[in-house]
Amino acid sequence: MTMDHFTKPTPIQKKYLTPGVIVLILLALNGLAFLALRLFFGIGSVTNLNNQYPWGIWIGIDVAGGVALAAGGFTTAALGHVMNRKEYHAVVRPALLTAMLGYTFVALGVTIDIGRWYYIWHPIVFWNGTSALFEVGICVTIYATVLYTEFLPIVTERFIGHVALPGPLSRLDGVIDKLLRALERGLSKVMFIFIIAGVVLSTLHQSSLGTLMVIAGPKMHPLWQTPILPFLFLLSAISVGFPMVIFESMLAARSFGMKPEMAILSKLGAMTAPLLGIYLAFKIGDMFIRETFVYLTVLNTQSVMFMLEILLGVVVPLRMFLSRGVLKSPPLLFIAASLTVMGVLMNRINNFVVAYTPPYSFGSYFPSIGEVSVTVGFICILVLIYRAAVMIFPVISLPDKTLSPRARYTIRG
Amino acid sequence: MARLDRREFLKSSLVIGAGLIGLSTEAQAGPKNVLSPDRMGVLVDTTACIGCRNCEWACKTAHDLPTNPLASYQDKSVFEKMRRPDDKALTVVNRYANPKDPDAPYTVKVQCMHCDHPACVSVCIVGAFSKQENGAVVWDTDKCIGCRYCMVACPFQVPAFEYETALKPNIVKCDFCAARRQGGELPACVETCPAEALTYGPRDELVRIARDRTKRYPERYVKGVFGEYEVGGTGWIYLAGVDFSALQFPKLGNNPAPGISESIQHGIFAYFVPPVALYALLGALMWVSKDWPEGEDEE
Repeated sequence: MTMDHFTKPTPIQKKYLTPGVIVLILLALNGLAFLALRLFFGIGSVTNLNNQYPWGIWIGIDVAGGVALAAGGFTTAALGHVMNRKEYHAVVRPALLTAMLGYTFVALGVTIDIGRWYYIWHPIVFWNGTSALFEVGICVTIYATVLYTEFLPIVTERFIGHVALPGPLSRLDGVIDKLLRALERGLSKVMFIFIIAGVVLSTLHQSSLGTLMVIAGPKMHPLWQTPILPFLFLLSAISVGFPMVIFESMLAARSFGMKPEMAILSKLGAMTAPLLGIYLAFKIGDMFIRETFVYLTVLNTQSVMFMLEILLGVVVPLRMFLSRGVLKSPPLLFIAASLTVMGVLMNRINNFVVAYTPPYSFGSYFPSIGEVSVTVGFICILVLIYRAAVMIFPVISLPDKTLSPRARYTIRG
Repeated sequence: MARLDRREFLKSSLVIGAGLIGLSTEAQAGPKNVLSPDRMGVLVDTTACIGCRNCEWACKTAHDLPTNPLASYQDKSVFEKMRRPDDKALTVVNRYANPKDPDAPYTVKVQCMHCDHPACVSVCIVGAFSKQENGAVVWDTDKCIGCRYCMVACPFQVPAFEYETALKPNIVKCDFCAARRQGGELPACVETCPAEALTYGPRDELVRIARDRTKRYPERYVKGVFGEYEVGGTGWIYLAGVDFSALQFPKLGNNPAPGISESIQHGIFAYFVPPVALYALLGALMWVSKDWPEGEDEE
């Protein structure tokens, strides 16, 4: 191990409420107000969607973007657990928490976007194997369950030896402690099944998410419409996994007044370069094989968004991750990671919203204040829960002087 | 992980694999998608259509949709704007200029095309759409969750959604008068058409009739029957006196809309072999990477 100090996941002890947190709470409440409108008066009352543009940012950002940006979960699980690279264990738990919350909000995003939200369970009963959306739906459901299961050991770790129920319930403390220990033992034996399943499920639905728009055929702008969309979605999800971990680690470190784990993060950054490179190669290769570069000579929303997505979202961060100076500098590494995250998010928005050009549109789609409010509100609630979770559960690794080299790194997420 | 021995690791991995393969035999379940040789269709002759819009009225009446009295459909001002079918009108008629005779513009009835290989049937997450033996592509309200993927997928942008309904909003589109036809009646629009612009019959027969008309009256029709080959063929087919693109028909290839995405889906899930193989590969990778206890346990 190359680490110069040893760390241990520890609940963060800080004040929950800060001015920033209060802003997040206000934005969350604003989103919930618009969400209530949607529930009482229908989708049309809040969104700019219509029969020509049936999907907007609730699908493009909340669902497609959410799934892509939760990719840190399976990429770090593959690196830390499947490949057993212990030095990365410190980032596995935060990534797992992000993925778990991310998928929870993806599910919530789908639920509020579908017209009959109370039928969200239907795909479990009514199957359609030819539907890419069915595949995504089932995979996301199973994967969310896997993520919660992977998080369970963190819960048992938090409460084993610390069960203290109030009042007369305290008589149950011993029993619950025993149950938790039994659960922990049981989980540690089967956890590898869930970890591998999580990686497999992720590769499946990350790519199937790309299959979704293939059937829209000529209704999708040729710059994005390609039969290799599922592959591009998978490649971009894999390359955004580590940047997302860097992005959130540095944000969390800043928010809690800690030093970012540069030793790990710069290595993650270095690994991102080849992944982004492969993605870029396929993206450019596809463009040349289908000769879609001709569409870049026309100046319109699509061509500008495509160029921004490729240049700012892939080429610039790729060049940055290749530079030793960037990898060593926290602010530059943060910028490179943020650009990658933004690039992939933009790609999902482009695929689902910008590229979608229906044949009989009476105008183009732009999200309403209600749609933006709900999306922003959801993101704020996610951040608020994340903040609470890392204060309650041992997720973020802090330096631990009492600990000798960590031998007992079991697979726990 | 340390407490797990090799045998157990292998055993569990095998159980998972077998489970996934077991699932694959059940995964064939899907919506009804029949392509009967006797399926019915409608031939729309846009050169015969007089733009009376009686079909719009008949359609609303047959489907219990609110409508103004038939007399109000004489109003030609609606033609000034292009209209599309929506949740309040399953079919609409649009007017287009006739370059050969400015006084006799073309009018085109629009509704669901009842594709032979419908994109909506392929994509619906719960299989709420089905292609019936009688040619109708119909929607099942008991299954639908309102995800609107059918609207994204439809090459003709036909399915509409009740955006203003909070509880149980419907997907709305022409159902080819499935209920009426079961009772032996004609589709409402066909029955009411005074100009005989709509011909109801076996789809293959209609294609023959349409081809025959274009051959016999080349001065009246442009070549080709829209819907004969487009997206693998549609149940409703069209004849026109000007290029179809001038009548705002979408430019579509001859491959069925679900073709590419279904083959991708089937490639990824070919009997669950790729996912199971990936699972096995990752399991193997995990196995060789893990620290096996040697003599002294690492705990």
